[in-house]
Amino acid sequence: MATAEKYVGGGVPRKEDPKLLTGQGTFLEGLTLPGMLHAALVRSPHGSARINSVDVSAAAAAEGVVAAYSGADLADEWAAGLPMAWPVTDDIRIPDHWPVAQDVARYVGDAVAVVVATSRNAALDAAELVEVEYEVLEAVVDVEAALADDAPRVHESFDDNKSYTWALTNGDVDAAFAKADVVVSERYTQPRLIPNAMEPRAVVAQSVPSTGDFTVWSTTQIPHVAKVLFALTLGIPEGQIRVIAPSDVGGGFGSKLNVYAEEALCIALARRLGKPVKWVAGRSEGYLATIHGRDQVQKIEIAATSDGDILGYRVNIAAAMGAYLQLVAPGVPLLGAFLYCGCYGGEAYHFECTGVFTNTTPTDAYRGAGRPEATYAIERAIDALAREVGVDAAEIRRRNFLPAGDMVQSPGGLAFDSADYEPALDRALELLDYDGFRSDQAERREGGGGKQIGVGFSSYVEICGLAPSQVLASLKYAAGGWDAATVRMLPTGKAEVVTGSSPHGQGHVTSWSQIAADALGIPYEDVTVLHGDTHVAPHGMNTYGSRSLAVAGVAVHNACDRVVDKARGLAAHLLEVAPEDLEYEAGTFSVKGVPDRTKSMPELAFAAWTAHSLPEDSEPGLEASCVYDPPNFTFPFGTHVAVVEVDTETGAVDLVRYIAVDDCGPVINPVIVDGQVHGGVAQGIAAALYEEATYAEDGTLETSSMVNYLVPSAAEFPSFETDRTVTPSTSNPMGVKGIGEAGTIGSAPAVINAIVDALSHLGVTDVPMPASPERVWRAIQAAQGGEA
Amino acid sequence: MKRISMTVNGVRHEADVEPRTLLVHFIREQLELTGTNVGCDTSSCGACTILMNGQSVKSCTVLAVQADGADVATVEGLASNGDWHPVQKAFHENHGLQCGFCTPGMMMAAVGYLDENPAPTEDEVRLALEGNLCRCTGYHNIVKAVLAAADDMGS
Repeated sequence: MATAEKYVGGGVPRKEDPKLLTGQGTFLEGLTLPGMLHAALVRSPHGSARINSVDVSAAAAAEGVVAAYSGADLADEWAAGLPMAWPVTDDIRIPDHWPVAQDVARYVGDAVAVVVATSRNAALDAAELVEVEYEVLEAVVDVEAALADDAPRVHESFDDNKSYTWALTNGDVDAAFAKADVVVSERYTQPRLIPNAMEPRAVVAQSVPSTGDFTVWSTTQIPHVAKVLFALTLGIPEGQIRVIAPSDVGGGFGSKLNVYAEEALCIALARRLGKPVKWVAGRSEGYLATIHGRDQVQKIEIAATSDGDILGYRVNIAAAMGAYLQLVAPGVPLLGAFLYCGCYGGEAYHFECTGVFTNTTPTDAYRGAGRPEATYAIERAIDALAREVGVDAAEIRRRNFLPAGDMVQSPGGLAFDSADYEPALDRALELLDYDGFRSDQAERREGGGGKQIGVGFSSYVEICGLAPSQVLASLKYAAGGWDAATVRMLPTGKAEVVTGSSPHGQGHVTSWSQIAADALGIPYEDVTVLHGDTHVAPHGMNTYGSRSLAVAGVAVHNACDRVVDKARGLAAHLLEVAPEDLEYEAGTFSVKGVPDRTKSMPELAFAAWTAHSLPEDSEPGLEASCVYDPPNFTFPFGTHVAVVEVDTETGAVDLVRYIAVDDCGPVINPVIVDGQVHGGVAQGIAAALYEEATYAEDGTLETSSMVNYLVPSAAEFPSFETDRTVTPSTSNPMGVKGIGEAGTIGSAPAVINAIVDALSHLGVTDVPMPASPERVWRAIQAAQGGEA
Repeated sequence: MKRISMTVNGVRHEADVEPRTLLVHFIREQLELTGTNVGCDTSSCGACTILMNGQSVKSCTVLAVQADGADVATVEGLASNGDWHPVQKAFHENHGLQCGFCTPGMMMAAVGYLDENPAPTEDEVRLALEGNLCRCTGYHNIVKAVLAAADDMGS
């Protein structure tokens, strides 16, 4: 298909912006329905406690209160517990997970009762009146402590706190290690992170008692997936549930990729009370009740020759699941399981991961999900190898890069498309002026002052496009990897794109409009994109894992191709020529050799709608759908570079420069892509320097609000320097790969490697995340043999 | 209940409020101006930033009764006669927003700051916005937008 790329590749300003800039956004907290009630939850203040009794009578009698229920009161609402869709092994232990706990509360924040009232304030006030008698049990919050033989058990029905162990071996790992000149053994911790989408979660459920129909508005990334799972959890026929993710959802980063207790609960309450029920999370409540990310302990060993050529990898991970298994939590480490060898070669690879229950808020996919953890481990460890064998940090990466090519076999077991890792490293070094930097660094060191500089690299490859359904099946993922689009020309010559993706900041309305406008040859302004409402867009697998463009966007592209194919038949019929005698360009069919005999897409749209004269066997209308299931994942890559200045007296780290060279294939909208990189990089830097959710031994979340969980502000960042190499994926016809998570995946190890580099002359080899001034200072003291 | 009056986006309102009502809740629920968002419960995020008597304030840290008699401006009043404020234009042109949830507060903070300092440096903008959190943009394009708006307003 010949298309003039008028919009694709250009930084078209976003269609999403005008209402967001003028206060006309449709965030869910603003939705009010007639007769709407408000729910407030009572949550356990204990890490682990038996619920001996719940007395809701005082709350039920309070002003404005319509109903108050304990977990036991609601037990008959559930056809099944809250869903978990990724049972990674046959023998995985899956605990019951009820929206409101019935016998034992297993983390601080586990719901134990709910109050429904005519206003949110009345519900919150009355929730204080619910009396719960707890028998406090011993809690365990640390992932390694939970694996000890005598650890308190999170679930008494299981013999220990292991949920599963999943392993992968490629090649002869023992042989690779036996012949190695050098083995580096590293241990890293991945702090627990709180995703902090700026819009707190909210849900509104409405029932129509006479028909049994439900409409559920939710701040979700996954309206279509949620619809299926609401049906199963609540025992409602799927066809009677409509799920709407509002056209404006305020960020997600994985935290809205779930089926939450409050969603199921509002549906159940709407069913029971026959009125709409709304719940809006307070930020601090969300810290307890919305999934956390990371929280892993990683052990990685690399076997190499004395030249630093890598022979093999051995990786062992303990991953906190929290108190229950949320939607895809067990699979999160598996998304990194193939990537602990990064973009490097080797003969053999072993990965093993144990999912562990702790008395904490459940974890699940947070931006990057498994891949930032893997990238952190290998990118830190390869620096350790560089130090061990005395090779420069950039050089050791270059030496070990997989060869350029397509479907290049990685020791982790996957074949990477579009591999070409050196140009991104070269470009990053050029932007940095690497030689100039090293000479500045040497000067500083010679000067011996208290402000030392360092550079850190991170050359990552990641997996996007969650993706081929058959491969997901082999990993026991209980959903498909496809996505859907319908493209229809309207009689007035405009186009409607219906997408299965569910954007919440990514700008799909803009990018899908660019794709469709070019393919259909109509103005960008004439394309409308519909999403997020299961009655409008009936099919979708939704937005997570940087999959939207590489799956749903390709579905839009393919559906446009099919519309153009159908239009070609109609144009040929109307122009009385054979279809192959037509040329198509920029929305116009013309007869070869007779360029003034033409039919434009708007003309054809109208002709298809009136249906006055159609080709034989052709139906009225100009519309086509595509359900796209890619043949493979996509594998974006890049090199990120951080430059830091470290105050050796105080341990304070100043991030001076940040350079990101990414390869996500051809770019639809460079401005949006840069924005995704900026935001992703900021979240990775935040993990490296500031953010960490911590628990007291009794299960109290110490970082319980935005006051003591350090979400960084503009003042903590420099401007970012971004550039790209473009190596198209061979897995899809657009060559696109995905960019939503790359920044987060690449950035944290670059920052920590830079800090270690700045202090390497002092003997520092490790600083744990987040690298607070105190931790940096202690690392310096320890390396110098002082107090640490 | 206490009777208060205030001017919001040039329109005078009188209402009875519970003394515990936060200004942001008054604006959102009683005046039904839902452009101002609530992103936290600790006055940390700045999503609810508005202008009160020309100064940017987090409207979750002000009681509605404290704003009795005040002149309040919210995001809904930023454009005049359909023409966007230079800050709105600059956010659009520089991709200064993604999900858009922090945007109303971020823009109001920027408008308040540019009134105090019409020609700021990048570092000054970064410091000035430290009370407003964004999780999508990494602030890069927000800072760029505020600098562009300053240029536009100064020219």
